[in-house]
Amino acid sequence: MTAAPFTDEELARLRADFPILSRTVRGGHPLVYLDSGATSHKPVPVLDAERDFYTRTNAAVHRGAHQLSEEGTDAYETARETIAAFIGARAAEVVFTRNATEALNLVAYAFTNGTHGGGGGRGDRFTLRPGDEVLVTEMEHHANLVPWQEACRRTGATLHWVPVTSDGRLDLSSLDELLTERTKVFAFTHVSNVLGTVNPVRELAEKAHAVGALAVLDACQSVPHLPVDVADLGVDLLAYSGHKLFGPLGVGVLWGRPELLDEMPVFLTGGSMIETVTMEGSTYAPVPQKFEAGVPVAAQAVGLAAACDYLTGLGMERVHAHEQALTERLLRGLAERSWVSVLGPADLRDRGGAVAFAVDGVHAHDVGQVLDDRGVEVRVGHHCAWPLHRALRVPASTRASFAAYTTPGEVDALLEALDRVPATFGLEVPA
Amino acid sequence: MDLYQELILDHYKNPVRAGLRDPFDAESHQVNPTCGDEVTLRVHVTGEGDDAVVEDVSYDSMGCSISVASASILAEEVTGGTVAHARATYDAMRAMLTSKGEDPGDEDVIGDGVALAGVAKYPARVKCALLSWAAFTDALYQAEGAKQ
Repeated sequence: MTAAPFTDEELARLRADFPILSRTVRGGHPLVYLDSGATSHKPVPVLDAERDFYTRTNAAVHRGAHQLSEEGTDAYETARETIAAFIGARAAEVVFTRNATEALNLVAYAFTNGTHGGGGGRGDRFTLRPGDEVLVTEMEHHANLVPWQEACRRTGATLHWVPVTSDGRLDLSSLDELLTERTKVFAFTHVSNVLGTVNPVRELAEKAHAVGALAVLDACQSVPHLPVDVADLGVDLLAYSGHKLFGPLGVGVLWGRPELLDEMPVFLTGGSMIETVTMEGSTYAPVPQKFEAGVPVAAQAVGLAAACDYLTGLGMERVHAHEQALTERLLRGLAERSWVSVLGPADLRDRGGAVAFAVDGVHAHDVGQVLDDRGVEVRVGHHCAWPLHRALRVPASTRASFAAYTTPGEVDALLEALDRVPATFGLEVPA
Repeated sequence: MDLYQELILDHYKNPVRAGLRDPFDAESHQVNPTCGDEVTLRVHVTGEGDDAVVEDVSYDSMGCSISVASASILAEEVTGGTVAHARATYDAMRAMLTSKGEDPGDEDVIGDGVALAGVAKYPARVKCALLSWAAFTDALYQAEGAKQ
């Protein structure tokens, strides 16, 4: 049986868990928050969990032997188990970072360090040399592009990318030429943060493996919105952020296949991540500690675990079904407006709940301003995907994105506010 | 909403002195990294010092109504005047735009620029309005350097 979207009663109940949703903006308009792709709001159980950590067990975890340190460490490691289970993983495969960007930089820097024989890595897998290649896609968020540009610059490796078709899907026709024996990494996004496109992760990971490359997945726009199981995806490393998943700011997750994490050189170094230290040199702790230098983000991890529990309680199948229904409603509404063009897939096939669009003759900043004037908060600009916007030949776009708490009425409020745009800028539109 | 005054939309739809022209002494390219808006702006100046005259400002502006209108107003206000006048206009525009709405702007100094006063209440848009002015002051600095 397929999961159903949330009913009005269920939505009202769950929205009551998010205090911010009841505030007003811009002179008394109810907040219509359609920017969850940038960051989601946090439900009371998450706020309580973080506050409870600070109130009762605050300690520098994995340090000291007093009671608070013990309890703090226990809370942190229990959070790791919950967060791992949320994506079908084991605790020892999950590394906490400050955000997804840091998680992706961790991997890119592991390659750099491995190339120079540092970071305590083993084997030749995490090395990049002149003649080696890194493959990304044209639809990447800057977080999964710039770190690879820099890794190539540092090592002399060459960056290639899979182009995007005009309807916002990966153009896989040239994949066999782009993905070769020289490719050491294929880094790509699960769901585009602009287009909503859901990429064929399993197929891409298999192709990467067939040439001996590692598959690195940006899962920032998938883990919060649909059921994700790392075993099904078949990738080697996966990164996502906590704050888009109803969790606190300041915590990201890197998941990796255990044998790879074991081989992988470290990135940030210092306290907590060592095994032995002498003045001459150091050896490093086992995974995951060797990737968590400095005092860990314990309260944030505890908050994120509460967010995973909250979403598990809602049911990710239902969250997905709910957002699909919202996406369909918005796509239908936009299709009725000839002066709006949607970037990315026009139907629900392999499509998530990020809907970017352009209004003919009006810049996204101006569209966003008119929406904001009615309390409708969307993202405007290039959404950290500048090359993608160049490829689609638009300077900027307006993006609506959803979460479990988004209502059909909010989609309608967006469409109503959008109808004020042509008149504001004196555009003639067909009735 | 009071942001999009008729005057701004007029400048947006029919920007004054738009397009890149020769001759010019210096050119500046500025981008707004949050949205990707870009402006390329050229200045042609004759004479030296404060009495030097801004003979021409030409530009190619790709952006929102605020950034395009601001470039148009800039070209209108400073072309034909002295460099000292252009700098005073810039100072007054900048003061108004960064005043968070406290400074309504003086029409005698900034002309149509007063129509942009509403931008000051939206911090995210101030950069849009200042983008072409950043290009102008940069180009002017380069032009003066080239003459020394």
